[in-house]
Amino acid sequence: MLGLLVLTTIVVPVCNLFVPESSGLHISTYTMTLLGKYLCYALLAMAVDLVWGYLGILSLGHGAFFALGGYAMGMYLMRQIGSRGVYGNPVLPDFMVFLNWQQLPWFWHGFNWFWFAALMVVLVPGLLALVFGWLAFRSRVTGVYLSIITQALTYALLLAFFRNEMGFGGNNGLTDFKEILGFSLQADSTRAGLFIASALALAGGYLSCLYITRSRLGKLCTAIRDQEDRARFIGYRVENVKLWIFIFSAMLAGIAGALYVPQVGIINPGEFAPLASIEIVIWVAVGGRATLYGAVAGALMVNYAKSYLTAAMPDAWLFALGALFVLVTLLLPRGVTGLLRKKEVTR
Amino acid sequence: MTVLEAMRSYMRRDLVFEFLIPDTPPDLDLTHGVILYLDGISVSFDGFKAINDLNLYIEDGELRCIIGPNGAGKTTMMDIITGKTRPDSGSAWFGQQINLLEMDEPEIAAAGIGRKFQKPTVFEQHAVIDNLELAMAGDKRVWATLNARLNGEQRDRIDEVLQIIGLHDQYTDQAGSLSHGQKQWLEIGMLLMQNPKLLLVDEPAAGMTHQEMDRTAELLTSLAGTRSVIVVEHDMDFVRSIAQKVTVLHQGTVLAEGSMDEVQNDQRVIEVYLGE
Repeated sequence: MLGLLVLTTIVVPVCNLFVPESSGLHISTYTMTLLGKYLCYALLAMAVDLVWGYLGILSLGHGAFFALGGYAMGMYLMRQIGSRGVYGNPVLPDFMVFLNWQQLPWFWHGFNWFWFAALMVVLVPGLLALVFGWLAFRSRVTGVYLSIITQALTYALLLAFFRNEMGFGGNNGLTDFKEILGFSLQADSTRAGLFIASALALAGGYLSCLYITRSRLGKLCTAIRDQEDRARFIGYRVENVKLWIFIFSAMLAGIAGALYVPQVGIINPGEFAPLASIEIVIWVAVGGRATLYGAVAGALMVNYAKSYLTAAMPDAWLFALGALFVLVTLLLPRGVTGLLRKKEVTR
Repeated sequence: MTVLEAMRSYMRRDLVFEFLIPDTPPDLDLTHGVILYLDGISVSFDGFKAINDLNLYIEDGELRCIIGPNGAGKTTMMDIITGKTRPDSGSAWFGQQINLLEMDEPEIAAAGIGRKFQKPTVFEQHAVIDNLELAMAGDKRVWATLNARLNGEQRDRIDEVLQIIGLHDQYTDQAGSLSHGQKQWLEIGMLLMQNPKLLLVDEPAAGMTHQEMDRTAELLTSLAGTRSVIVVEHDMDFVRSIAQKVTVLHQGTVLAEGSMDEVQNDQRVIEVYLGE
């Protein structure tokens, strides 16, 4: 899978930047950005797969970590606009001027530096996961109950971020970004750079997840998924294992969100919607749980289908998504990659 | 204490701060030859007294069988020893020094108490050898587990346990594909990997064929001596084949204690358990 990823990382930007538009091999910037977006989704799917497929925690709120990472990046991009906004205020983003705010809220300070934003991209989701996980896992909340709480978590954040007083742009979110690290977001080369960054993040995420799942900790994760009590009675602190894996997964989701935002050009509270989080779970289920490449494949396939269907038959998409989930659950409980692995299982 | 005194004790150079002292349980102290004390333990669930003033002492190296009708509190007793259930009153000590009631499950496991569940509970998705590796005694914190590698000594230990439980030829098989009896042995093997001083074994013979039962009896008797074993069992033939000393539980208290013959001739035991 890494080979495939390396190949796309090289081929796609080259075909975009150096192959002339008249050539049949040319890949439009639109397509490249779309692919970059899929890669972010793939990273997000992998993060969900790590906690769901391997550890058995069905998180219906991973969209929250993704969106928080996205907001952290969005805040940096907002500060980069500077005086080029509609109102031309060198410090305050447009929506704050519009709301008649006189000064920057405290939590916006620091986001003018990229390194600070990059740190927040992992720290904020990680911290939320730490607090949430510490409370939930210590009280031994499991199964459906945990799923419902994660759902409530993302819904609560959705409602909070919708409010203008929160200082995150309310309903409209953050948008109208101009540049990242001094490079214009409209330029093809920046887009290619973002695409490469997404591919690298996915590769890095894949390797680190691979390292975890192949270590003794990975074996322990599946052991906890299957027989939590046994793991506890042979002396493992199950809640700590869950907590750390959950935090790591939230951080991955945050990185995915941060790379997603500059490519789509907007972040708004819609990303917190419970439906978005459920969709991630469907990608993983379609691709195949407990295989990292399955999660990636599922995210790519379902999102390609989504892009295609929402253009061709906009009304049909939700039905198709629902049908897909039902069919996969009934017919392919191990996902699409389960078909490929059938041989080794029956052997 | 005055501020000055507090400062002085804070600055003392011959002591380290409290939070720097590693939180290790005291070593198992067996000076009186008793490994487990349960004293006046009572626990009730919604008014139902599952355990009622239970007193039980297990000696070091002993193989003790615990029998009793359904609902006598056998499994609840194990839950208390391993930290799953907290008693309403009473005390539980492991050796002379370790207070079991102040510890949670992983701490108790690390201190040296291993438990086999009633239903064979192994990690079915993993190979036999991985099951044993996971159970192995050692640093079980998250980071240590992430970077753990097997060394030669540990491999030998796994080999040794595979021999003991008779699964040497199936070590790469998935635990889920083992027979019921083999799963029971694997679970006992996982306990052995933990190097426990006290093994709690809940119904090891349930659902076994006669040959398997004989092997299990052999296995358990060979384990006693170097470690203490508590076996909870329903099957009377099985108990007779291994028991040195039997404790009969009834309604959460000890009804009788002694050799199998003594117990079987006890009038009260006959009444409540062995039938007319």
